[in-house]
Amino acid sequence: MGASPRGLKFLSWASVLMFGVASYLALVYAPREAVMGDVQRVFYFHVSAGWVGGLAFLTAAVAGVGYLLRGRRSWDQVALSSVEIGIAFTFINIVTGSIWARPIWNTWWTWDPRLVTATVMLLLYAAYLLLRQGIDDPDRRARFGAVYAIVGFLSVPLTFLSIRIFRTIHPVVIGNNDPTAQGAFDMTPRMLQAFLFSLLTFTVIYLTLLWHRTRLQRLSEHVEERKLKLLGG
Amino acid sequence: MPEPGAAPGVRGVRRARGTRAYLRAIGAIVWKDMAAEFRSRELLGAMLVFALLVVLIFNFALELDAAARATVTSGVLWVTFAFAGTLGLNRSMSVEKDRGCLDGLLLAPVDRSALFFGKAIGNLVFMLVVEAIVLPIYSLLYNVNLLLPGMLGAILLGSLGYVVVGTLLAAMAVQARTRDVLLPILLFPVILPVLVAAVKATTGFLQGLETADILPWIQLMVAFDVIFTAVAFMVFDFVVEE
Repeated sequence: MGASPRGLKFLSWASVLMFGVASYLALVYAPREAVMGDVQRVFYFHVSAGWVGGLAFLTAAVAGVGYLLRGRRSWDQVALSSVEIGIAFTFINIVTGSIWARPIWNTWWTWDPRLVTATVMLLLYAAYLLLRQGIDDPDRRARFGAVYAIVGFLSVPLTFLSIRIFRTIHPVVIGNNDPTAQGAFDMTPRMLQAFLFSLLTFTVIYLTLLWHRTRLQRLSEHVEERKLKLLGG
Repeated sequence: MPEPGAAPGVRGVRRARGTRAYLRAIGAIVWKDMAAEFRSRELLGAMLVFALLVVLIFNFALELDAAARATVTSGVLWVTFAFAGTLGLNRSMSVEKDRGCLDGLLLAPVDRSALFFGKAIGNLVFMLVVEAIVLPIYSLLYNVNLLLPGMLGAILLGSLGYVVVGTLLAAMAVQARTRDVLLPILLFPVILPVLVAAVKATTGFLQGLETADILPWIQLMVAFDVIFTAVAFMVFDFVVEE
């Protein structure tokens, strides 16, 4: 296996470039929100990171199904890589959300459905990594990982629903808004452009990272195999 | 006469057998667990003593006076059941693993999902027995009547969801190096929705709320139970595969 494939190189540069443009759009191009002020600008990356977190865990569950059906190691490599990226982005989502919530809700944290769901996801996939760590046999590790990724992903919407039945104060910027939500606003066209572009940017960053991480995983498994062969022979 | 119940040759090991044979296999596994428990009495005893200890600790940790009891009773009960349940789940699976019983069971010419349902029903029975003892004792100690029909239904639905997911995850956890610490970590984030719904429904019945207010929680529990029974049925094969 040689240097990075050309597509990956292209994606890496595209990610860097797009992230620069997205930062400009979010920090300069988009107008300052009238009521909340500059802290609202966290919204563009906050929602995008949350989207990537969800997408990554969905990918892991789909890859889990793929692994159970086909049994090819590459499915498992994608699932593991996706979970790791998902954890990182969900964490970014929670931290940026807290930074916004401090001035707007006057608290770092509240037990709102979205906040709880994001936290439970974080714990769930931390458990996924612990499960994998505790199993030595690579086939079994992949199988159990796939099962847990599927079971865990299915429980996430139910967690959201179970807490949603309580009243929520989290604003819904896309779709219709609950009048009791605090910190809601309507997007101007420029805001919408900045928002959609950062969504796209984060999606591209996700794909780039996923490719890199999957490739790394494949390489490290190769190294492991060779090492075993060398020591055994 | 055997009926073509299960699809033949799905994974080679499975055989097309009649529904009756399938049910008989499940019954045999449940019976085995009950007989073993009846003779050793090591699982129920531990679960029960542990459950009562948790109630005792809550009594002093939360100062369960009359005012506090009205709001936290169902929370205390469900935390107790969930913790005692993990003990039972871990034990019931590690017994199979340690003494090589699992390999024996896997060699039996029955569909592997029969193994899952057998173990799940066994675990459910143990959990219900613990609940059936803790509830009257709690009623007696704190002078509240917990034995309302609606509430028992809510407890049954909650326990069912807990046990279905718990049996599947315990089967994975016992095969890991870190098994005893692993099960609660794997289990609690997944069963959170059913636990929340169970606590809310139980509180609703205790406070005598309208059925319409409790119904969403009941529906959530039913949805959880159905979804995860189906998923566990589909993936259990992969968990016990050697």
